[in-house]
Amino acid sequence: MKEQVGVTLDDVRRVAELANLELTTEEEPKMQRDLNAILGHIDQLNELDTAGVPAMAQVGEMLGGTLLGRGEALRADEVRPSLDRSEVMSSAPETEGRFFKVPKVIER
Amino acid sequence: MSEKVVDLQNLTIDSAREAIASGKTSATALAELHYDRIASLDGKINSFLALSRVRAMTQAQKIDEMAAKGEALPPLAGVPVGIKDVLVMQGAPATAGSLILKGYRPPYDATVVAKLEAAGAILLGKLNCDEFAMGSSNENSAYGPVLNPRDLSRVPGGSSGGSAAAVAADFAAATLGTDTGGSIRQPAAFCGVVGVLPTYGRVSRYGLIAFASSLDRVGPLTKTVKDAASVLQVIAGKDVMDATSSSRPVDDYVGDLTKPVEGLRIGVPEEYFGEGLDSEIRQAIDATIDGLRMAGCVVKPVSLPHTKYAIPTYYVIATAEASSNLSRFDGVRFGLRAEEANTLSAMFRKTRDQGFGAEVKRRILLGTYALSAGYYDAYYRKAQQVRTLLTRDFMAAFAEVDVLVAPVTPTPAFKLGEKTDDPVQMYLEDIYSVAASLAGICGISVPCGQTKDGLPIGVQIMAKHFDEATMLRVGQAVEKQQAH
Repeated sequence: MKEQVGVTLDDVRRVAELANLELTTEEEPKMQRDLNAILGHIDQLNELDTAGVPAMAQVGEMLGGTLLGRGEALRADEVRPSLDRSEVMSSAPETEGRFFKVPKVIER
Repeated sequence: MSEKVVDLQNLTIDSAREAIASGKTSATALAELHYDRIASLDGKINSFLALSRVRAMTQAQKIDEMAAKGEALPPLAGVPVGIKDVLVMQGAPATAGSLILKGYRPPYDATVVAKLEAAGAILLGKLNCDEFAMGSSNENSAYGPVLNPRDLSRVPGGSSGGSAAAVAADFAAATLGTDTGGSIRQPAAFCGVVGVLPTYGRVSRYGLIAFASSLDRVGPLTKTVKDAASVLQVIAGKDVMDATSSSRPVDDYVGDLTKPVEGLRIGVPEEYFGEGLDSEIRQAIDATIDGLRMAGCVVKPVSLPHTKYAIPTYYVIATAEASSNLSRFDGVRFGLRAEEANTLSAMFRKTRDQGFGAEVKRRILLGTYALSAGYYDAYYRKAQQVRTLLTRDFMAAFAEVDVLVAPVTPTPAFKLGEKTDDPVQMYLEDIYSVAASLAGICGISVPCGQTKDGLPIGVQIMAKHFDEATMLRVGQAVEKQQAH
């Protein structure tokens, strides 16, 4: 696979920040190498002229109309039992009453 | 009592059900037999991550009571099944193969899990997989790799490696896997079992931990094509809890298996037989096609001209969707939370750094990059357009033929560690499976021989959207050839 030098270490750090990932200093150059190798492979797509080709989000649109357009995705708006709140909350690392508890939000 | 009567190696859904209905064995004894086998042999293979013994034995007793009263038994009565660990079962650990979900016990059942149990199946436990279903070898599980039961030095394939290995090792008569780019078909081929990728929308995904929502599908892995049809019959159909599930009526998959294959048009896509295809696999697929011709099928060459673009398209779309789906793992509502963080944003970052493995991070980064300002049109939109071209290829082919027959994988099962250092090489493993995933069509992997080293070979049969019935019928014809 041809490698391109498109992605810099700074790019890796910027994208990691966008993705809420904290990479170690050992991980950063490895990710840079891998992203460049994969993007080099992905660059093949530019061989294709896609002018005028519609973008496809999922296959439903290719099979005649969107699912929503046919009303298929809509169900009756009726009250029905949902999951027990305390059971759901019991999976959380930290809670207080009806709330999820997290470290402080505003950094100073 | 049952050891003599029930042969786990040849246990199918029908034979399990009949043995219970006739009193030759009981659902309880059959479940115990499977748990015994798991206890003695799975230490090496590592296919199960958790066993749900109490739930299984409660269900088995219920089935036995029905049998004792002579009641009509449901279609999967007493059939021991395993569930890939990306699908949730109430109260059972759900890790998705990741440390970030360690300790999480979901409070509800996935629709497919509830449907299997309502049909009488015994839920044995949760099966190992690549972390968040990202991988082609099962080496990305945080809980250790699964080994291929046919050759313990080799991978079982991925990401549903545990699901394929458990069937191959006779730990379960059937399992559920998920397939986003080949994750049912490829491990089925590597382990020598049957694996079905249903059409997008055919099977509910409520309770599936999402990887790439426009691609993820749930399907069965079994020993026979008929068993795959039986399980699909139970899990297919509209679910109000999944807006992407289709309300199109479900065909009679099991009944339609008796129809002849004579006269069916078989397309052979030339792009699936190019450079890189192992010669023994090529021979096995050629022989399979000859067999179908002898069974009265009409074989004709077809072209799917955009096939070589399927992998790059897939790795843009799947990672972009994954970067969005996996943002929910943040240490707030479930699973792991990094302890040493003083602020919320530091907690997010540290939790995700500690909780995610290298491949998951790589895909989140790639997907975030592809969606980020300045790159969206060049990568994500471009890939969505090529996805249209790939789908049109299939639709044009299916105007000419009823099914497509092709290899599942370019090589047989590879050695552990063989491809872990080179992500692009690992991704190319999916070269024959990702196009069907992108196009939303159905596909099946059926065993069609083995290499001279004894490694299983699978053949892929693809059919148009919602035509699982024809796909299964051709699959069964292939299976019958093998028996001869």
